[in-house]
Amino acid sequence: MSNTIIHDPERRRAAARSTSGRRLLNKLFAGFSLAIALLSVLVLMVLLAAIVKSGAKHLDLSFLSSDPNTEPEKAGIRIALIGTVLVCGMCALFTLPLGVATAIFLDEYRPRNPFMRKLHSFVQLNISNLAGVPSVVYGILGLTAFVYMFGLFGKLDDPAFEIGVSHYYQFVNDEGLAVLVPIEGQQAERPELVDGMTAYLPSGKSVKLNLVPASGPWPDDKPTLRRTLSPKSKGGYLGKKSWYYLRLPLGRSVLAGALTLSLVVLPIQIIAAQEALRGVPSSLREGAYGLGATQWQAIRKVTLPSAVPGIMTGSIIAMSRAIGEAAPVMMISGAVLMSHAPGNLMADFTVMPLQIYEWTSRPNAEFHDVAATGIMVLLLVLLSFNAVAVVIRQKLRTPLS
Amino acid sequence: MRESGIFGILAASGAFSILVTAAIIGVLFGESYHFFSMPEVTLSDFFLDTHWSPLSEDKRFGIWALVSGTMVVTVVAMAVALPLGLVTAIYLSEYAPRRVRDILKPTLEVLAGIPTVVYGYFALRFITPKLQLLDSSIPIYNALSAGIAVGILCLPIVTSLTEDALRAVPRSLREGAYGLGGTRFDVSLKIVVPAALSGIISAFLLAIARAIGETMIVALAAGLRPQVVLDPRNEVQTMTGYMVQVIGGDVSNFGVEYYSLYAVAATLFVITFSLTVVGEVIRRRFREVYS
Repeated sequence: MSNTIIHDPERRRAAARSTSGRRLLNKLFAGFSLAIALLSVLVLMVLLAAIVKSGAKHLDLSFLSSDPNTEPEKAGIRIALIGTVLVCGMCALFTLPLGVATAIFLDEYRPRNPFMRKLHSFVQLNISNLAGVPSVVYGILGLTAFVYMFGLFGKLDDPAFEIGVSHYYQFVNDEGLAVLVPIEGQQAERPELVDGMTAYLPSGKSVKLNLVPASGPWPDDKPTLRRTLSPKSKGGYLGKKSWYYLRLPLGRSVLAGALTLSLVVLPIQIIAAQEALRGVPSSLREGAYGLGATQWQAIRKVTLPSAVPGIMTGSIIAMSRAIGEAAPVMMISGAVLMSHAPGNLMADFTVMPLQIYEWTSRPNAEFHDVAATGIMVLLLVLLSFNAVAVVIRQKLRTPLS
Repeated sequence: MRESGIFGILAASGAFSILVTAAIIGVLFGESYHFFSMPEVTLSDFFLDTHWSPLSEDKRFGIWALVSGTMVVTVVAMAVALPLGLVTAIYLSEYAPRRVRDILKPTLEVLAGIPTVVYGYFALRFITPKLQLLDSSIPIYNALSAGIAVGILCLPIVTSLTEDALRAVPRSLREGAYGLGGTRFDVSLKIVVPAALSGIISAFLLAIARAIGETMIVALAAGLRPQVVLDPRNEVQTMTGYMVQVIGGDVSNFGVEYYSLYAVAATLFVITFSLTVVGEVIRRRFREVYS
């Protein structure tokens, strides 16, 4: 426009003004929007700096191997780390097959008749909506459906089904030694003590119970003392669980948490897998059909292997989200203070983001620094996870057509 | 034969997602019905009362206290995320040279991938003290710092969805405008943004839904006092913050506190679901078709 010759001087001046005005506005906006855009970079750097400044002092190997503690100096993230690994590992086991199967269903099997097509787009819309549901709501759903299981399988302390557990009533005799007597179940009453009945030592060794009268006398030798009780001995329920312990209702367990988390990340996985499948050029599929393959054969041998890098990337994104989610896990496990790592899939657990939340919400400011250290560990885990994804994506990238 | 078996399995997976939605709706509304049929609770209280205190002696069940808290935090968050996100998206789509793009895009991806607890920590330990330097009357728990953190959280979402919408506008429109003598600013704001408006509005709605559903940041930084206030410098409690508070307490007695959890969750779900659906509908229906 500035090259056009305008002969009327009035219009010429007006045109020159408006052009230079607009050009100035353009330059200003370019600078302004660059500044705004760089603001994000600034925010990220400030965020990371604040975390490193508070958290670096506690970061060492003992932080990774210690358990949470009442003293900030000694606190560690080991239990939460194990919890995260267990829960997210199981979550991946559930999410990946289900997500890929749904994506294949949505993208490869496009229906022809109008009713199925409507159903198809309904499922698609449904998944987009599920992606927008807040994760706490999934936590609430998991609470009802997986922890309490709608009340269909009995209560938490009176499960309808259990394997891999032995129930005992643990008595403590006057010398402070424990003797275990087997009982029916968690709700059974204190068993009758009979002299000579089968009992167990805490080590698991089976012994014959030696019953002495309430007034004594207690035996002197240690081996007999270890299996001696009087009718007045007190105790409580003890359940010994093996590593394969399973119970219904699932209760506040690792399994319930994993199932809930898989609901949270499933929409992400499905959408990502769909993108991956769409990225496979149809020439590959059509080549397979041309060679006489059925639809499933074409998918299994041609489309799916080509889509694997994209699906893996989607998996990594979904798992990164799962690792960082605290809200649904909080609904499942309650905000508990864990003192030991989960020993089986039904055990109580915590995950790293939840532990960080727990530390941050304490009034003691020292624990805030510990929380920052926990954040550093969490971010490092996420970073390495994503770095692995980028590397795999590069390695598997072969031109598809 | 095998083909139909495989198809059956895949169709079952598709049906599973519908089952999940049905389960969410069923559980939330079913248990909320249980909540409303309890003697202490009435529907009119829930929707008309402005005090929320199911966990204290004097039980009141007005949801507005929590909704107001959520809204205050969301408004602050959107005041941060929407303008900054829109401008950043315009810059990325229309102005950015290659090198700046290569810094900005990964930065936004990292910001999007940071877990929300980290933002909550940041709000409590960094933003709040800095705000207190500016205005010493601000309490430790306030909606303002939580809102700012939620805004930072939503910024990448706004930016990437808006950028997608802007990029979907065909080059021919831009080039026509450049041909008529427009500057980049003219073209961006007078041609591209209006053309992409449906996508931009959809992006905004999705960001709002995200902000409303955010839990950890508000649980750490916003506070525990449900109250209807407009000034974000106060301590408030959001719907999600209340849910965290309930689950942290003792709920094994399955009393009215436990069921209030579901009523709040149902309200939260209705709000976010409507926003998501409306956003999706706007995106599909009002999308300008150019080819």
